[in-house]
Formats: sequence, C-alpha cells, structure tokens
Amino acid sequence: MMLEVKNVQKRFDHTEVLRDISLNVQKGDVVAILGPSGSGKTTFLRCLNFLERADGGEMVFDGEHYDLHKATRGEIARVRKKTAFVFQNYNLFLNKTVLQNVTLGLTVSGKMKKQEAREVAVNALERVGMAGHLDRYPAQLSGGQQQRVAIARGLASNPEIIYFDEPTSALDPELIGEVLSVMRKLAEEGMTMLVVTHEMNFARNVSTRVMFMDGGVVVESGAPEQVFNHPQSDRTRQFLKNFTEIE
Amino acid sequence: MNERLWNILVDSFPKLLGYGVTVTIPLTVISFALALIISVVVALIQYADIKPLIPICRFYIWVVRGTPLLVQLYLIFYGLPSVGILIDAFPAAVLVFGFNEGAYMAETVRGALESVSRGQMEAGYCVGLSYMQIMRHVVLPQAFRTAFPALSNSLISMLKGTSMAATITVMEMFRQATVINGRVYESLGLYGEVALIYLMFCTILTWVQHWAEKKLASYGGTKA
Ligand SMILES: Nc1ncnc2c1ncn2[C@@H]1O[C@H](COP(=O)(O)OP(=O)(O)OP(=O)(O)O)[C@@H](O)[C@H]1O
Ligand SMILES: [Mg+2]
Repeated sequence: MMLEVKNVQKRFDHTEVLRDISLNVQKGDVVAILGPSGSGKTTFLRCLNFLERADGGEMVFDGEHYDLHKATRGEIARVRKKTAFVFQNYNLFLNKTVLQNVTLGLTVSGKMKKQEAREVAVNALERVGMAGHLDRYPAQLSGGQQQRVAIARGLASNPEIIYFDEPTSALDPELIGEVLSVMRKLAEEGMTMLVVTHEMNFARNVSTRVMFMDGGVVVESGAPEQVFNHPQSDRTRQFLKNFTEIE
Repeated sequence: MNERLWNILVDSFPKLLGYGVTVTIPLTVISFALALIISVVVALIQYADIKPLIPICRFYIWVVRGTPLLVQLYLIFYGLPSVGILIDAFPAAVLVFGFNEGAYMAETVRGALESVSRGQMEAGYCVGLSYMQIMRHVVLPQAFRTAFPALSNSLISMLKGTSMAATITVMEMFRQATVINGRVYESLGLYGEVALIYLMFCTILTWVQHWAEKKLASYGGTKA
C-alpha cells in the first residue's frame, strides 16, 4: 500500500467537516473523490498535505507513519517532498516565468544545480505540452496552460502521489479538455493520483476507484463501474442523478 | 526683470543647486532608506503576526500619524537635549523623516503584502519551500511591485518635506535660499527659484518612477 489514511477528523469552529475519513491507495491508483459542495473534499486533501492541520487521524505514506494532528515540521517537509498538489486556481508564482515556476522548488529547497533543474523542468513541461512557453509569465497564459504548468511544477519533484483539487473547475469549458488529457496521460503512465473532481467522465473512465463523500463522511467507495452503475446508497444515487441531469 | 535681480538669480542658482545635490538629495536618500527598512520590518511583523511585537508597531504608527512632522522635529532636536540627548541637526532630521514616513509606508507595505494571495504561500509550501524562502522569492517581490507606486509617492513627498529640516538648522537647499534672501531681500525671486529646483527634482523622480513601473510591469497584471 502506498498510502493508508485512517480516521481523519477536522472541525472548523463548531462544524465537523471531516468525521473519520479513511482511505487506502495502491501505487498507480487514480482515486476520484466526488461529493456535493461543502462535503469536505478539499479539506480532506489539504489535511493529507498539512495545508490544513487535522484534529485527528493518521497516515502511512511510503512506508512511514505520520500523525496527521501532531506531525513535526520535519515530517511535514518529508511528506511534501514526496507529494505534489494541484490547486483549483493554479496558484502559479505570478512573479516567476513558466520555467522559474518549475525550477524554484528544485533549486531553492531541493538544492539542485541551476542547469540540472532546467533540464528537469523542461522535461516536465514537455510532458504537459508547455515547453514552448518557458519565458512567459502566468498572466500571459490561458487558464488551461497555467494549470498544465502547475502540473509540471508538481511533476518536476518526481512525487509519489499527486493531489488534484478540482483542477478544471476554474477553466472555461473549451480549456478543460487539454488539462484532463494531461491527467489521463499521467494516469496511463502509472502515476498515483487523488483527484477531487466534478468531471464525471473522468471519474468514470480514467479513475480506478471512486470515493463519494457527503457531510464529512465517506458514503460509498468502490470501482467506478460499481459506484456509477450500481450505487449502494440513496445519497450517491441522488448526487449522480443530479449530475447526469446537468450534463 | 531688472538687472540686479537677474544677477542675483544667476549667482544663486548654482549655489542652491549645489546644496540641493549635496544636502537635500542625500538627506532624502538616507531618510528614505531608513523609512523603507522600518516600514518593511513593521509590515512583516504585522503580516507574520508576531504577537508580542504588534502592540509596539501599533503604538509607533499611532504616535507618528497623530503628531505633526514639525512638532516631531522640534521635539527631537530642541527638546531632547534637555534630558541630555544631543543629536546633530542632520542625523536628527534623518531620524525624524525616516521614522515619520516609515509609519505611513508600513501601512502601504502591509497592504501590499496582504494583497498577495494566500495561494502563493500554499503553492510555495507544496513545492517544499520554507516560510522565509517563500517570502523572499515570491511574496515580497510581488508586494514590492504592488507597493512601488505608493512608495515612489512617499519618496517624492519626502524630498519636498526635507525643506522642513531648515527649521532645525540643517543647511539644506531651502535654508540656503533663506540665508541668501537675508542678504539681498528678493523673496519672490529666490523662493521662486528654489521652488523651480524642487520641481525639477520631483519631475526627474516622476520620470524614473514611470520608467521603473514599466520595467516592473513586465510580468503582466496581478491576478487574484
Ligand atoms: N478555513 C475554513 N474555516 C471555516 N470553515 C471552513 C474552512 N474551510 C472550509 N470550511 C467549511 O468546511 C466545509 C467543507 O469545505 P470544503 O472546502 O472541504 O468542501 P468541498 O467538498 O471541497 O466543497 P466544494 O465542492 O465547494 O469545493 C464547508 O462547510 C466549508 O464552509
Ligand atoms: Mg473544494
């Protein structure tokens, strides 16, 4: 098992946002996390990367055990080194070029030589089809291009797993495809990914597993055919029904 | 214009300009550098929420903004000697100008820091950077760019404000004009002349500001 998450709990003020979320991920798994707005999907992902500090829960990641509530700085650094996070609104460094966005982490925190970092970065950018825009600034790119650069930034550190939080939700409809196809390619190459998404086609056709959350609990999880075709719970059925109606 | 006045103006011009270049401008530059350091430190303390130091920053800003610059100058230069603290006129002026403008600039810098989206910080953490590294490579450069126009305005207003140092005996450009005027009694001509030199300095600064803003704009609009 590459990632085992147990009993993640998180509350904001007086609302319980996550109640005992658990999840097991094998190497090469692509887990699609579905659920209505406010169900805690983002919070869950953020807890796994310590962008949010969970109130309880543990994680075994890459053979090491972590307490999600009490993890030390060193442990947090170790986790972040082996993971990448792709945000809904890209969060590219606005004052850095495409190339610098990808190399910054490598040279500053990874202490990589400039030339080597450049090669790694160009390679990562090639994988997302953005190596032709090395010297552009984020503001000069479309949303889809920015998101692809953000994915390359994540890839450059050679992560064990990539977390995606609604990577296409901020995009104009005509730009969604280019990002999804990059993600599909990564999935085919065997990259382990946790993907919060509202893209039902992606969840159905690319993911190896679907996890449906509502109200801070995992309502249902299983193979995509099973969850989509034979949902066990009414809430899942209702959610999927609303979605197919929208689509 | 009569010939006497013309001669006075022609004689005094290089003198005034000389004091401008050798006193007013250094006074401005040194005071501004001090103000910049103070403002960044104060703004960072507030941005990073360093709790024990925040009341001190608030107090400092409150006092400086609530008292007139002229009174501050008098207090430091004429007032402090009576408790045994003697500061020469020039450094006294630097201290007052630096701490005075620093309080206003701190608010500018803090606003600029807070305008940098939180996502920049989070993205930095996710690629393995530390808080300090993110501040240095990502947040501060973006904040500086946002703050640049307001900071330039502070610099320009400080340049003009240094004329107040005349009141605590600093022999800068304006005081030199009053000294010459004391001999020749040509207030309109001399003060007009000195106004013109200030105008010239400020115009040059404005040009430099516009040029620098264009350079800084190279990475495009700041997006939320
Ligand atoms: N920093 C915060 N402070 C207080 N409440 C928060 C905070 N972040 C999230 N919440 C609350 O926690 C709940 C879960 O939020 P979360 O963003 O994880 O949901 P989500 O499933 O990602 O929803 P969406 O599909 O809209 O992105 C929501 O009710 C939200 O209002
Ligand atoms: Mg969310």
